[in-house]
Amino acid sequence: MNPGVATVYRWELFKLRYQKRTYLGLGAAALVPILFVVALHFRHPHRGGDFAFSSYLTRSGLAVPLVILLFGAVWMFPLITALVAGDIFASEDHNGTLKTVLTRSLERHQIFAGKMLAAATYAVTAIALNVSVAVVAGCLQSGFNSLQSLSGTIVSAPRSLELVYVSALVYLIPIATIVAIGLLLSAVTRNSAAAVVGTLMVSLLFQLIGILPGMGAVQPYLLSTQFNAWQGLLRTPIDWAPIVRALWVCAMYGIPALLAAFLVFLRRDVAGG
Amino acid sequence: MSTGAPVRRDGDAGSRPADPGAPPVQVRGLVKRYGELTAVDGVDLTVHAGDVYGYLGPNGAGKTTSLRMMLGLIRPTAGEVRLFGRDPTASVAALDGVAGFVEAPTFYPYLSARRNLELLAAFDGDGASARIDTALDTVELGGRARDRVGGYSHGMRQRLGIAAALLRAPRLLILDEPATGLDPAGMRDMRRLIRRLADEGMTVLLSSHLLAEVEELCNRVAIVRRGRLVYEGEIAQLKRSAGTTYRLRTTDDERALAVCRAQRGLSGVRVERGHICFAADEQAAAELSQALVESGALIVALAPETVTLEDLFFSLTEEDAAAAGSAATLPEPDARVVAAEGTS
Repeated sequence: MNPGVATVYRWELFKLRYQKRTYLGLGAAALVPILFVVALHFRHPHRGGDFAFSSYLTRSGLAVPLVILLFGAVWMFPLITALVAGDIFASEDHNGTLKTVLTRSLERHQIFAGKMLAAATYAVTAIALNVSVAVVAGCLQSGFNSLQSLSGTIVSAPRSLELVYVSALVYLIPIATIVAIGLLLSAVTRNSAAAVVGTLMVSLLFQLIGILPGMGAVQPYLLSTQFNAWQGLLRTPIDWAPIVRALWVCAMYGIPALLAAFLVFLRRDVAGG
Repeated sequence: MSTGAPVRRDGDAGSRPADPGAPPVQVRGLVKRYGELTAVDGVDLTVHAGDVYGYLGPNGAGKTTSLRMMLGLIRPTAGEVRLFGRDPTASVAALDGVAGFVEAPTFYPYLSARRNLELLAAFDGDGASARIDTALDTVELGGRARDRVGGYSHGMRQRLGIAAALLRAPRLLILDEPATGLDPAGMRDMRRLIRRLADEGMTVLLSSHLLAEVEELCNRVAIVRRGRLVYEGEIAQLKRSAGTTYRLRTTDDERALAVCRAQRGLSGVRVERGHICFAADEQAAAELSQALVESGALIVALAPETVTLEDLFFSLTEEDAAAAGSAATLPEPDARVVAAEGTS
């Protein structure tokens, strides 16, 4: 069988199984919901937050994954995503293995595509794991009960569960952009730590711009805002506008970043290692 | 990132079928600049099928940069590389039948040797995975194949590098300093392995600092200095053309050294273990005797010595010899000695 993108993808996933950072990110994705639910269990019954679904945390376990999605956007999910996306080219530079793989029978664009898919797969796995653990832990704590939508209507528990996973799917839109930024910084800096921290900094920078006074006009077009697009699903009827906007705003940031990463990787001299 | 002027590329030179008549390596006018620094400056060389070809030069002479360009890892600023007639910067298809490593061979330290080879074999396709056991046995790593490469010694990694190259069933093996960092036994084993592969019909291009090793293994060499080619051709021819090396002692060695450096027909003049050493033919040596007497430095001993590749290497690459344009090393047919100012 001739080697191709699928070969690189398969081996990238295999390599991830042997790297500590893989388990660091996935471990955090699984642990945070558990810690959250434990904290929920011991908190004062009359102390609630002032954010979406906060009042429902004790009434339905299905509110837990949604609240974690809400707060995870600040740094947790960008960091988990960057752990692999920011490392995937830079670690080859660190190990000096880029020259080893580039002198085999695969073109650079195939290697790029395989690595990109692996980084994206990792991000999807982390989100899926986080949401699933949050659903189970939340339901164990508060029960598998109906939710109140953001429009005030009651949504049945099975329909709420479905919406939780579709929300996670929408959440992957800005996460894909984070992957693209991580890949770019990984290819450009050739330094894993710089790429991971840099990706997180970019994400935090968007958050910062979002809270600056007088920036209301640009708010809908910030990457950080797109992490809330899933909330449109929890309105009655569903508000698709933020989701559609998330698609093109994220494409606006993500596609140039991905293209730049591709060109840097394609044209770069492999002179180190 | 690539630096310097863009290179005009022969559109499909990388992916078209290999030319069976083309030499394994053909390099023409190869240049690599990093800003103001010219790492490789107009190198021309040809490695013929069946050659064990040594690529020599001091540190920083541009050997590794040249090898990287040959393997398509970096783009030339100017000039071209052809492997069996194909351009490695255009497509990895040009590396069909080519394998090797530059600097130390590198692997994923958290995977075992076998897993590393499985990964590389998967990237090679073409039945490479069926050659893993044979390759491991060839480099005598079969017993340690399940150990993580992170725990391997330098010598084991070098051998694993050869095994990784053998997976591709290469017709051309490109090795950068394959014996560097090995202990004497490891160096001997590496030498035997390369000899065996060459005897099996593989063309080998190797860079090395170990001149005795190159002299033993290689039939042809290219010598570079500061990115420029100063010799390309057969070792035997280089030795023939270099004349004889002489060792000289006089009553006034300081004055004699000045005379030697000024004398026409002498090259590689240096002081070694209390003797003045230089390369010259008989006529030049006779003329030197007369010049020494006239200068007042009387000859105590003037003895011819067998010239080694090391002597020739130093005479071609050291500063003062280069200033003299390596003029004493005379070109003969099919061998090229290149003066410091230009290329042939």
